[in-house]
Amino acid sequence: MRMQKPARITSFLFLTVFLMSVSVFAQEPDEVIEDPAQQALYKRLNQEVRCLVCQNQTIGDSNAPLAADLRREIREMVIAGQSESEIKQFLTDRYGDFVLYKPRFDGPAALLWAAPVLLVIAGIIAAWRIIRRRTQLPYSDETDL
Amino acid sequence: MKMRFLVPVAGFLALAVFLGIGLTRDPTLVPSPLIGKAIPEFTLPRLAAPDRVITDKDIKGKFALVNVWATWCTGCRQEHETLIWIANENIVPIYGLNWKDESTLAKQWLQQLGNPYTATAVDAEGRVAIDWGVYGAPETFLINPNGIILYRHISPMTREIWETEFLPLINKEAGS
Repeated sequence: MRMQKPARITSFLFLTVFLMSVSVFAQEPDEVIEDPAQQALYKRLNQEVRCLVCQNQTIGDSNAPLAADLRREIREMVIAGQSESEIKQFLTDRYGDFVLYKPRFDGPAALLWAAPVLLVIAGIIAAWRIIRRRTQLPYSDETDL
Repeated sequence: MKMRFLVPVAGFLALAVFLGIGLTRDPTLVPSPLIGKAIPEFTLPRLAAPDRVITDKDIKGKFALVNVWATWCTGCRQEHETLIWIANENIVPIYGLNWKDESTLAKQWLQQLGNPYTATAVDAEGRVAIDWGVYGAPETFLINPNGIILYRHISPMTREIWETEFLPLINKEAGS
């Protein structure tokens, strides 16, 4: 069964794009840690730590030398048995909260985290007060017309 | 109560002001949490004599600059003349942190372009740079005599930056 020419071109393009996506993974094979739990923590941190030279990438996605250095540093701390919060503390002590894609719930950032909840509560209170006022003055709107 | 329509207008204006301020700021300049803190401890080989070390204690004692540089860094070449000029002013010693570089190239660079550094520490692996929160060369730190980081400048050093940002901080602390 021979493919039609357009189909062959399409499948060639598909294959090309598919193979290209492999290069996205910057992580070197020798960076894998034997202990599965530690490897999971290492991989998660790779996706949560910002590469500061290429700010819209995580250190796991970046080929920048600094990203490689930070991966090495994190990998060594993970193998040494340090906890996630200890490693994050190490990073924020040096680079500030900006280095974490998911800022921690403390300091000024706590206000940002809480803001959506606070706004929803404020909205509910406002809506409740308006609805109650309108129901308590049943005919006022009609008489104004 | 007539003025209640102003509430959303005021809210919008406040938002516009904050967003406007946000637009004028450069997101690539990440503020350092190390300002006001003691310089991180380190022990590194000296570029000129790799068998001898330089430590954080060598930098303490007077106002000093720590300049992060490398031969692969174009901004470092750009600022080099300014560093030599600052060194000749004889106000502060400049210590170099040669970051992820090859020492032979670094020595050549200093021979060809002149050496503004009192001493240069070699951080070939970039570990000390991480402790200093370095994320791109050139970076220049201002250290006071107690070893406290007063200021960090990212991107090439200029005479203007030296005069408007560094000198006033030195004069203020030295005067008080």
